[in-house]
Amino acid sequence: MRVAVIQFPGSNCDHDALQVLTNNLKLESKLIWHNDFNDSSWDAVILPGGFSFGDHLRAGAIAAHSSAIKNVRKMANDGKPVLGICNGFQILIEAGLLPGALLRNACLKFVCKWTNLRIETSHSAFTCALDTNSTIRMPIAHNEGRFFADEDLLNHLTTEGRVVMTYSGENPTGTLRGIAAISNEGGNVVGMMPHPERASDATLGGTDGLKVFGSMLKWS
Amino acid sequence: MLVNHFETILTPEEMQYARQRLNREPNPLEWSMIDAEWNEHCSYKSSRPVLTQLPTSSPRVLIGPGYDSGVVDVGDGYVLTLHIESHNHPSAIDPYGGAATGIGGVIRDILCMGTRPIALMDGLRFGDITKSEHSKWIMKNVVRGIADYGNCIGVPTVAGEVEFDQCFERNCLVDVACLGLGRKSDLLLAQATHPGDSIYLIGGSTGRDGIHGATFASKRLAADAEGERSAVQIPDPFTKKLIIEATLEANRAKIIRGCKDLGGGGLATGLSEIADKGNTGVEVYLEKIPIREVDMNSIEVLISESQERMLCIVRAGSDALLEGIMRKYEVTAARIGKVISTGVVTVLQFGNTIASLPTSFLANAPIINRKSRNPKVTKDELHIKPPTDMVKALLELIASPSIASKEWIFRQYDHEVGINTIAKPGEADAAVLKLPNGKFAAIKLDGNSSFCNLDPYLGSASVLAECCRNIVAVGAEPIAMLDHCQFGDPNDEEIFWSFSMAVKGMADFARAIALPCVGGKVSFYNQDEENGKAIKSSPIAVVLGLIENTEHITRIRFNEDGETIIMVGKTMAELGGSEYYHTHDLTGTIPPALDFELERRTQSAVLECIRRGFVTACHDCSKGGIGVALVEMALSGDKGASVDLAKMPSDEMSDDELLFSESNSRFILTTRKPNVVLEILSKEMVPGEAIGIVGGDSLEIVMRRNKLDCKLDILRDAYTNTLERVLYH
Repeated sequence: MRVAVIQFPGSNCDHDALQVLTNNLKLESKLIWHNDFNDSSWDAVILPGGFSFGDHLRAGAIAAHSSAIKNVRKMANDGKPVLGICNGFQILIEAGLLPGALLRNACLKFVCKWTNLRIETSHSAFTCALDTNSTIRMPIAHNEGRFFADEDLLNHLTTEGRVVMTYSGENPTGTLRGIAAISNEGGNVVGMMPHPERASDATLGGTDGLKVFGSMLKWS
Repeated sequence: MLVNHFETILTPEEMQYARQRLNREPNPLEWSMIDAEWNEHCSYKSSRPVLTQLPTSSPRVLIGPGYDSGVVDVGDGYVLTLHIESHNHPSAIDPYGGAATGIGGVIRDILCMGTRPIALMDGLRFGDITKSEHSKWIMKNVVRGIADYGNCIGVPTVAGEVEFDQCFERNCLVDVACLGLGRKSDLLLAQATHPGDSIYLIGGSTGRDGIHGATFASKRLAADAEGERSAVQIPDPFTKKLIIEATLEANRAKIIRGCKDLGGGGLATGLSEIADKGNTGVEVYLEKIPIREVDMNSIEVLISESQERMLCIVRAGSDALLEGIMRKYEVTAARIGKVISTGVVTVLQFGNTIASLPTSFLANAPIINRKSRNPKVTKDELHIKPPTDMVKALLELIASPSIASKEWIFRQYDHEVGINTIAKPGEADAAVLKLPNGKFAAIKLDGNSSFCNLDPYLGSASVLAECCRNIVAVGAEPIAMLDHCQFGDPNDEEIFWSFSMAVKGMADFARAIALPCVGGKVSFYNQDEENGKAIKSSPIAVVLGLIENTEHITRIRFNEDGETIIMVGKTMAELGGSEYYHTHDLTGTIPPALDFELERRTQSAVLECIRRGFVTACHDCSKGGIGVALVEMALSGDKGASVDLAKMPSDEMSDDELLFSESNSRFILTTRKPNVVLEILSKEMVPGEAIGIVGGDSLEIVMRRNKLDCKLDILRDAYTNTLERVLYH
């Protein structure tokens, strides 16, 4: 499996994601500068965390209009795994590949901490190696991660099984219905606020993130 | 635009010296360049003779003080770089921008060496937030400034230290230290050694922000300091992130000969320093410097401290390659000059020379040998009646802002980006980071203005000793240090005496444990112009440690029921300068004693116990004494303990002295092999005693006259929620 990790100016979890894919999961993966991402022959693509374009205008807003997104959209439509982590999630929403909005955390502060997450569905490209209703641990680190949508959309996402992960126990950001990750209709495009690449090494606090990335291999 | 007016803080003697050396009257632009380089902030003209006392070499030290960062060899072709900066004056006026640009500055110092910044630490000192709304405002915005900047550039803020004292009400201290990682073969030095090389200015454009910033830092804060806001630079972390990546890519391409951070003193300082270090000269074309405002005059362009700018010395013939890399990252790069063989710094404007000064003259301010005098510090005697309710006394102490959990701060910092942070904030006495060669770096920053106020020599030696204990407690061997001296106006003989004694204290202890100092910083004039009050002496130490084996990494948390708690070191009745006194508005008379040799033996014995695998948790016992250390270990592991202090090695003393005394050379550790640990300690002639057992959901401590028993939930509420409660009420 060949995985592209897109680098926008201001991405800062790009090297971390690459390191985990290459060293821990032994996948063929590569960092691609956003302007050079014009080949949709990749098997999967990851939009890493960070502050693309300095969060100018809105988090993810400028990256969502970059030329790289054209290919991301094509891969999404082809049913290939597309994962947006943190700022990557914000980009997928700004690009219209995922619905809803990510607002500033209710506490109005950046929050960096480990969280317990409940897997709401294993029908997604990034949870199919995990059991529904199981709990995993991953850290979050963001300022704008409070998922917001109107009641209709929330109900729609819930009934369609597109709520992928929720915070279990404490809700660290005030996100609606505890939502931490959602998917598109096909389940191949997932946006998540927690950082699986930071939970991929036991010495760093846990390895549950490997199952998130590893799900890509099972998905077809 | 040429100007005939300039502002200077040069003394009449310095101006006379300049005229004599040049044998002419410098023009206003030249005066401004001299002023920018010769201020205290850039030239260390008062501090240099004192700082030479510090030991600076060891087999690991590749580059010591004098460059942008110190460089330490950690083996297998890898190096760590280390530097500290303060942004005290700017943060007092604009806490958000001041703190943020402080990070921006220290990051560039690491980058200049050709290394990637991998971790940040902050040392913060504010006024009494329980009484002052102003200090709350300063603190909230300083923390937000550090968070916004550090988080955006993707460098984790992994450790820090905070102190609250009324003396910092109008002069907060904001220190940021940075650790960098690189390959020895990629190291760069900020020196222009090869005539013909190009000089590029990369990054942001030059504006009017930060004009006279270094000069501003070299005088006292005036009552109307608000008017100095133009001396504070504007932060732009996004541009900084691009500069980091672009510079490192250009360095990997081997086209850069050297790099120089443009901080205090702006271009004037940066240019003269690279030329002086390289024994060359530089020629600069003023009109090629990208400016943000059209009507800036030549002085403003040369001394502006606009952020996010670096000088790159590019190998002759590599201009196009450099420009290509900068274009990819959309970073502005302007070829503003070249290296020349004549030893002068020359500024040209459309071909006309508008300033020309000898390099070595400009870069080396005349040293000032200042007078010093032993001060009379107001000290008060003990007036506390030993408390009978020890639970209440303990709860009050752990809820004092200087002791209470700093979680409110470190939750706002991304401390995990980079996926190297093994021991995270709050978990251990120092941060532990994974290195690519399989080893681990431990870093910590410490200060103690209460001790240093009572006795700058003993206080600063204790600061360094404590910082080393923190490094040892995580299982690391201290390998390098930084000193950072923060004092009032050095023209005051008593303040200069305190500064000299503080440096001597650190230097003597560093020598005693053979720890090299690889860099540092001096910040004077932390003094209020209006009321004349200086801050308490606040020297800071940063210590870097190395861990060879993942098994050695040790945290503070109680792990398993039944493990034995061992007190290492002897407790004495030493409450002078303690946090316990501070909460009772007392200072005391003398800080705890420090036996250099005992401290060295204690650290080495504890490290041996850890390395041999006998230690399951370890915590330095300092601020707040045994009481606070036990609470922190219990809360971190969510396990209680029952402890008997009556039999512990100590002199005759009251129970509050026993529980809260801040004697040096002490650790608390847990083990499953108490006899072996006690044996190792006794072999090294280090006092040690088993004092209790881990277990239960409360902390029980038997003292000589009283005992206390407190549920962990109650301790947790007082310890964890205090900062948030104080800041929002």
